[in-house]
Amino acid sequence: MNNNYSPDEMMTIVASRALKNDDVCFVGIGAPSAACNIARLTHAPDITLIYESGTIGTAPNILPLSIGDGELCETALTTVSVPEMFRYWLQGGRITIGFLGAAQLDKFGNINTTVIGDYSGPKTRLPGGGGAPEIASSAKQVYITMKQSLRGMVEKIDFFTSFGHGSGGNERKSRNINTEGPSLLITDLAIWKPDPISKEFTVHSLHTGVSKEMVQDSCGWKVKYSDNIEVTEPPTELELKTLRDLKERTKIANSRKDINL
Amino acid sequence: MTKFLSLEEGVRENLKPGNQVCFEGFTHLIPHASAHEVIRQKIGSLTIVRMTPDVIYDQLIGMGLVKKMIFSYAGNPGVGLLRRFRDSVENGWPNKIEIEEHSHSAMAHAYEAGAAGLPCAIFRGYMGAELREVNSNIKEVTCPFTGEELTAIPALNPDVAFIHAQKADKKGNVLIEGILGVQKEAVLASKRSIVTVEEIVEKLDCHPNTTILPYWTTSAICHVPGGAHPSYARGYYKRDNANYIEWDKIASDRATFLSWMQENVIKVSPKIFQNRIKNLKEDENE
Repeated sequence: MNNNYSPDEMMTIVASRALKNDDVCFVGIGAPSAACNIARLTHAPDITLIYESGTIGTAPNILPLSIGDGELCETALTTVSVPEMFRYWLQGGRITIGFLGAAQLDKFGNINTTVIGDYSGPKTRLPGGGGAPEIASSAKQVYITMKQSLRGMVEKIDFFTSFGHGSGGNERKSRNINTEGPSLLITDLAIWKPDPISKEFTVHSLHTGVSKEMVQDSCGWKVKYSDNIEVTEPPTELELKTLRDLKERTKIANSRKDINL
Repeated sequence: MTKFLSLEEGVRENLKPGNQVCFEGFTHLIPHASAHEVIRQKIGSLTIVRMTPDVIYDQLIGMGLVKKMIFSYAGNPGVGLLRRFRDSVENGWPNKIEIEEHSHSAMAHAYEAGAAGLPCAIFRGYMGAELREVNSNIKEVTCPFTGEELTAIPALNPDVAFIHAQKADKKGNVLIEGILGVQKEAVLASKRSIVTVEEIVEKLDCHPNTTILPYWTTSAICHVPGGAHPSYARGYYKRDNANYIEWDKIASDRATFLSWMQENVIKVSPKIFQNRIKNLKEDENE
């Protein structure tokens, strides 16, 4: 047991625990990428990690800055073209978990990474959807990880980049989307799962030392809790060491490149 | 039938004002030198196409050469947003570009349809996604066999494609290995294409699957060592991540951007790229 860790580290480690050895995971950059690689380096050594640049079964020694870093290709089982990636592997239904981050998220797991404000005259133009719109509908399940904030977790998102559960209930089914959709949300404060009927994200576990007030204060919708709230196990020594070593290796590798400026 | 040209000639012969043009590359092998040559020749009113517009698209937009952009993810990979693209869309500087926005899956399918000589791409996409509401090129189509509602978008057939590759042989056959992206599809979908390469060799002498484009499929081969920098070329040099991080600062201010472009693009030639990769060579960093 180690009580000396950051909420960010907790988030990454808890997210890594959700992944299984036989998962085939389509990895988003940032927090999802760190979590997926911690899973691979701890309890899920045989997990298949796929990045949208076409790298299948990759095992990077450092965290990539982009989804197409050389490290991903060099350590992959194989690398396919981008059209093949989206056609055969994602649309073909071979991905068990799509792991996404979000700029804005609502309580039904709908994600906005397109614009803040109006689409035609945006306040902030964000990068857009990339692979996410089809990851959200073609992966068997979607896991989401993000830090809680009032700006990020909102009652109403400004743009439906990637469809979660719509306005809840069985809206996915009624739109002929036959995958499960968002089934897990890991934040820096809690573990959330959709209510089986309403599909609203509900807190199932508070991370050690986190109160209900802290969760509500950094969430833009009225938070609901499951009947039996658990306390998330803090990171183990092994998990923390694995994450810190990975970050350290990444830092060293990137600073080595800095010298070349 | 391909010709061996200097990059200046290759651009001048193939790209005209008002053309639809793509500079493809998926993190790996992004044709930076080609985009800089287009900027030097001030070829404008372009419709630029790319799955992942990044630094060079920020530069083309900021220099006022772009009328419209067709894309699926406009960001500085691993760093953040594109400042010049944002300034255009949010504030109309130097002009407000028109955008046609897609998902990666859609763009990949559209290039593939273009390469396959089909008028449109059909796939299962945009389910519940709001891009359907803002992009009139996203339509529904019913499968005549199963009745499933699918999505159709027009094929992409740019006037010109620019790509960067590791090698060409003396005839102009092109080799790419590593992350392949959508370059083969982009070249075959386009009316004309220019390939910059790290090296021109007698014989490719390679794995039987790595010669991706026979010499009769492209318009010009241009020898530009380092031509992908700050992107990378597997086997030659690494991605210059620090340069991408630095771009965020340069692009955040209009005046800083313009003076950087003057010094680093307008006043130089494609030859400068070989100097930029000197300290990034793969073996020297191991």
